[in-house]
Amino acid sequence: MLDLTYETPKPKVIAGAKHDWELVIGMEVHAQVASNAKLFSGASTRFGAEPNSNVAFVDAAMPGMLPVINDFCVAQAVRTGLGLKAEINLWSAFDRKNYFYPDLPQGYQISQLYHPIVGEGEILVDMAPGVARKVRIERIHLEQDAGKSIHDMDPAMSFVDLNRTGVALMEIVSRPDIRGPEEAAAYVTKLRQILRYLGTCDGNMQNGNLRADVNISICRPGDYEKYQETQDFSHLGTRCEIKNMNSMRFIQQAIEYEARRQIAIVEAGGEVVQETRLYDPEKGETRSMRSKEEAHDYRYFPDPDLLPLEIEQAWVDDIAASLPELPDEKKARFVTEMGLSEYDAGVLTAEVANADYFEQVAEGRDGKMAANWVINELFGRLKKDDKDITDSPVSPGQLGGIIDLIAKGDISGKIAKDLFEIVYTEGGDPARIVEDRGMKQVTDTGAIEAAVDQIIADNPAQVEKAKVNPKLAGWFVGQVMKATGGKANPKAVNDIVQAKLGL
Amino acid sequence: MSIDLETAAKVAKLARIKVEDDALPALADEFNTILGFIEQLNEVDVDGVEPMTSVTPQRLKRREDVVTDGHMPEKILSNAPDAREGFFAVPKVME
Amino acid sequence: MTELNKLTLAEARDKLRAGDVTSVELTQACLDAIEGADALGAFVHKTPEIALERARAADARIAQGDAPAMCGLPIGIKDLFCTKGVDSQAASRILQGFKPEYESTVSQQLLDDGAVMLGKLNMDEFAMGSSNETSVYGNVVNPWKVDDRALTPGGSSGGSAAAVAADLCLAATGTDTGGSIRQPAAFTGITGIKPTYGRCSRWGIVAFASSLDQAGPMTKDVRDAAIMLQAMCGHDPKDSTSADIPVPDFEAMLTGDVKGKVIGIPREYRMDGMPEEIEKLWADGTAMLKDAGAEIRDISLPHTKYALPAYYVIAPAEASSNLARYDGVRYGHRAKLAQGDGITEMYEKTRAEGFGHEVQRRVMVGTYVLSAGFYDAYYNRARKVRTLIKRDFEQVFDSGIDAILTPATPSAAFGLGEMAQADPVQMYLNDVFTVTVNLAGLPGVSLPAGLDKQGLPLGLQLIGRPWEEGDLLNTAYALERAAGFVAKPAKWW
Repeated sequence: MLDLTYETPKPKVIAGAKHDWELVIGMEVHAQVASNAKLFSGASTRFGAEPNSNVAFVDAAMPGMLPVINDFCVAQAVRTGLGLKAEINLWSAFDRKNYFYPDLPQGYQISQLYHPIVGEGEILVDMAPGVARKVRIERIHLEQDAGKSIHDMDPAMSFVDLNRTGVALMEIVSRPDIRGPEEAAAYVTKLRQILRYLGTCDGNMQNGNLRADVNISICRPGDYEKYQETQDFSHLGTRCEIKNMNSMRFIQQAIEYEARRQIAIVEAGGEVVQETRLYDPEKGETRSMRSKEEAHDYRYFPDPDLLPLEIEQAWVDDIAASLPELPDEKKARFVTEMGLSEYDAGVLTAEVANADYFEQVAEGRDGKMAANWVINELFGRLKKDDKDITDSPVSPGQLGGIIDLIAKGDISGKIAKDLFEIVYTEGGDPARIVEDRGMKQVTDTGAIEAAVDQIIADNPAQVEKAKVNPKLAGWFVGQVMKATGGKANPKAVNDIVQAKLGL
Repeated sequence: MSIDLETAAKVAKLARIKVEDDALPALADEFNTILGFIEQLNEVDVDGVEPMTSVTPQRLKRREDVVTDGHMPEKILSNAPDAREGFFAVPKVME
Repeated sequence: MTELNKLTLAEARDKLRAGDVTSVELTQACLDAIEGADALGAFVHKTPEIALERARAADARIAQGDAPAMCGLPIGIKDLFCTKGVDSQAASRILQGFKPEYESTVSQQLLDDGAVMLGKLNMDEFAMGSSNETSVYGNVVNPWKVDDRALTPGGSSGGSAAAVAADLCLAATGTDTGGSIRQPAAFTGITGIKPTYGRCSRWGIVAFASSLDQAGPMTKDVRDAAIMLQAMCGHDPKDSTSADIPVPDFEAMLTGDVKGKVIGIPREYRMDGMPEEIEKLWADGTAMLKDAGAEIRDISLPHTKYALPAYYVIAPAEASSNLARYDGVRYGHRAKLAQGDGITEMYEKTRAEGFGHEVQRRVMVGTYVLSAGFYDAYYNRARKVRTLIKRDFEQVFDSGIDAILTPATPSAAFGLGEMAQADPVQMYLNDVFTVTVNLAGLPGVSLPAGLDKQGLPLGLQLIGRPWEEGDLLNTAYALERAAGFVAKPAKWW
C-alpha cells in the first residue's frame, strides 16, 4: 500500500499589538466506549433513560459495592490504540482520582494515571489535499464517566442523575502538536472518523459521547521548534485548559478567544495563570473555573478493589487482525489504485458507509466516473433531502447501472442525470427505464444522417458561414440534438456534421 | 516533617471534614504523633523494591458486556436523605 | 441437657441432625440470652422475628434431609456486613438508618446454607479501633471480668467476640483488617481465623481498607471455625479480588496430627517489655506443638518492626478514599444546613457530625499521606515495605516452614477507657502481632491457650501459608487439644 506524502501545514499566526504569536494546543478527548453495559457495572449505557434507572448499586457507590471490569471495554480501548498505531500495554492498572462532587458517588473516579492501557501513537490530521499535520498521541486510558447534575430544575437545589455514572470512557491524550483552531477541529474530526471506522465510539458529540478538553498556550514564532527539538516545555507559554467542549465550532471559537485573551495579558506585561476555564458559547468567551478547582489535589493511588489488568499478546493480535481498513489507508488506496483525486478520496472516506457505497459502485467500473457520480449527483441529491447514505433511495447497483449505460453509449450524460432523478424518486432498473421510456441514444447513423441533411438543407446561409468559420459546426450539432430530443449520440452527430460540411 | 495548623486545616478541607479552629492544635498534635511513628519507614532500605500492587496472585477477571443490572430507581433512591422527582437533591452547586 | 446457647456449632449441628433439638429451640435460647445481655452492648440491631422465621425454615429443611452444616445454627453478624432490609451502619452515625437493598455475599452464603441471623453486632466505627470504644452504639463490655473494671473485648469485632464468649450466639462473623478478628478473639477466649486475602468475598461488606480487609468466623473452638469458614468462603465474581481457588473440606482436615510439621518461631516477635506471661504462653505453646510431633525452628522475619507503621499509612490512605462516599447525598446522615450553606458546607458538616473522632483522624491521615508531594515519601514507601514484609514470609515458607507460632496480642484485655489518655499510637500497638498477616495477605488464626494471673484469657496466633487454611486449622486443632482451654467467663451481666 502506497502512503501519500504530505506537507506540514503552517501554524496559525496571530498578530498581537507588539508582534506575532503562535498557538500550541494539546487535546484530551473523552470518547464514550460503544458498549452495552458500564465499565465496572452491569447497568445499561443507553442514553435518555428515566433518571437513576440505569444505575447499579456499585454505580451509586452503595457501601460494600465493588467494581468488576467489562471485557468489551478493554477490547475497545485496545482496538482504538491499534487504530492509532499506538503501543498496547499488556500490563496496566487502575487508579483512583479523589475529589468530591455530587455526581461522583464514590468520591473518586476510577482512571488509569500511572499505567494506561495504551501508550504512544499518532494521528494524521488532514488539512487540505497534500497538507496534513502529524499529531502524536501520548496515551489512551480507560476511566469512568461521572453522573449529571441538573441545576435549573429548582431554585435552591441541584438534582443528580447517575445514569451516566460509570459509563466507560477512553481518554485520548495528544501531545501539544496542534497549531491552530482549524487544526484542533480537524484533529477532533479525524479522531472521530477513526473511532467510527473502528466502531469503538459512535462519535455522537451532541449526546456528549465525544467531548474535548483543550490545552492552549501561546508562544513566539520559533519557540515551538525549540520545544520540539528538546521536548522542554519551558519554551512554551503557560497553558490554560478549556473543559468539556462538544462542538467543532465551539472548539474553534474558544481557542480563538482564549489565544487572544492570553496574548492581551502577556503583551500588557502580565502572566497567564495556569487554570481550568469554561467556554460560554452565548457570550463567546472563556471564563475561569477557579471556584471549582479550589484546593484540588486528586490524591491518585492504585485502586485496591481491582487487580492489575493483564492482557495477552495473542488477544491483542486477534483484535489487530479484526481491524478494518482505516481512513488513511482507504484514502491512499482510492488515490493510488482507483485514480481519484485526494480531495475526492477524502470526501468518500469521511464516513465508512460512504466509502463502502462508493466501492460497490466502482466495482468493475471506472473509479473516477463512479466517484463523480457518488459525490456530485448522489451526495448532492441526498443533501438536498437531508438524507444519510444509509437512507439512499438509489442503491449502489442502480447507480452502477446508470454509469454502465453511459459507458456503453446508451445514454448521454445529460440523459443520465434525468434517469438518475427518475431512479431516485421512482426507483426501478435504470436499463429498463431507458428502454421503456425511449431514452436510449440514437446511434443509428442513417437516422442521424437524415437529420443532418435536413438541417443543412434548411439553413443554406449557415452552411456558407460554417465553411469560413468551422467553429459554427457546433451550431449544427446543437440543432441535430434538439431535433432528436437529445437522444442522438453527440459524437456520432459531430462526426457526420463535420463530414457533410466538408470540414 | 511537622504539621502546622495551616496544613491541618488544609487536610481537613481536602477530606471535607469541618474542624473548628480551636480544635486544630490538638489535631495537628495527633497528626504529628502518628506521622512520627510512620516515619520509622525511612529506616528501611527500599532501593530496587517494587511497591506491592496486589497481595493476591489472582489475575483480574473480566465480565461480559451484558446488561445485567439497573432498572431499580426506587431501590437506588430508597435510602436518600432527599430525593425528588427521581433525582438525588443536594444544595445548589455553583459551576 | 446443657443450655442450648452454650453449644458449639458442631454439637448443635449434630443434635439438629439427630433430631434432638430444633433450630427454633436453639434460636429461642440465644434470643433469650441476648435479651438478658444488654449490659454487654454486643447486639445492636436485634432481629428476633427474622431469626425465628429462618429457624422454622431451617427446621423444615433439616426434616427433609437437606441440611448443610450451618443449617439452623443461630449466629450473629457484624454490623459491617450489609444485610438486606436490616440496619447496617458500620457502627457509624453517618450510616444512621441505612437499610441496604442487598445482602453481602458472605452473609448470603450463610443464609443459603440455612444459618439463622439473630441480629447485628457492635464493632468499632468502620472497623477502626482495637477496643470497641469508637462505636456510635457505645462500648462493648468483655464478658470476662476479674475486678470492678469493665474490660474491653478488643476490636474491631468486639461485639462478635463478646457475643460468642457470652454464649449469646453459637458463632459470629467478624472482619479483620489489622487484627480485628484475632485480637478480640484472644481478649475473650474464643477462636477466630482471618483467611487468606481473597478467600472470602468482600462484596457487601462496608470497606475499611480494601487491600487488607477479610471476613472470617469467630467461634467457640477450632472445629467450629473450620465449619463456618467453609460456608463463608469461595469465589465471588462480584469481587475482583476474590480467589477462584477450590475450597477444601476444612473440617475433614482436622486430624490433630502435626507430626513432621515444621513450626517457625520468629525472633522479631519477642518484643521489649513483653509481659512474662505472654512469653510463657508462647513457650508453652511451642512445647505443646513439639510434644505433638512438630519440629520447632527459630526463624527471622526481619521487617516485622515496620509492619505497623506501613499499616498506618496504607490502611488510612485506602480508608480516606473508601469513606469519601459518605457524603450525605445518597444514604445515611445529612447534616442540617444553615441559611446559605452550599454543597461544600453540606459535605463538611455531614462528615464532621457523621464520623467519630478516630475515623476522622484516620481519614485525615490518609488524606495527608496521599496528598501532592507526599505520595512517594509515605504511600509508595509503605507499599515497598509491604513487599518486603510479604517477601520475609515467602522466604520462610520456602525454607520449609509450615506455620508460624506467635502470641496473638501483647497483653490481655485492658479496661475500657484506660487508653483514653494515651496517644493513638499506643492503641495501635495492640495489633503489633496480627498486622503483618494482613499486609502479607496470609491466613492467621487466634486461639485461647491460657489464662493470665488475673484469670483473663490469652491467645496464641498461628500463621499459615496462603490458601492453606485447612492445614493451619489442623495445627490450631492440635494446639487446642494440647492447651485444653475450657475456661468460661462467669456470668455477671
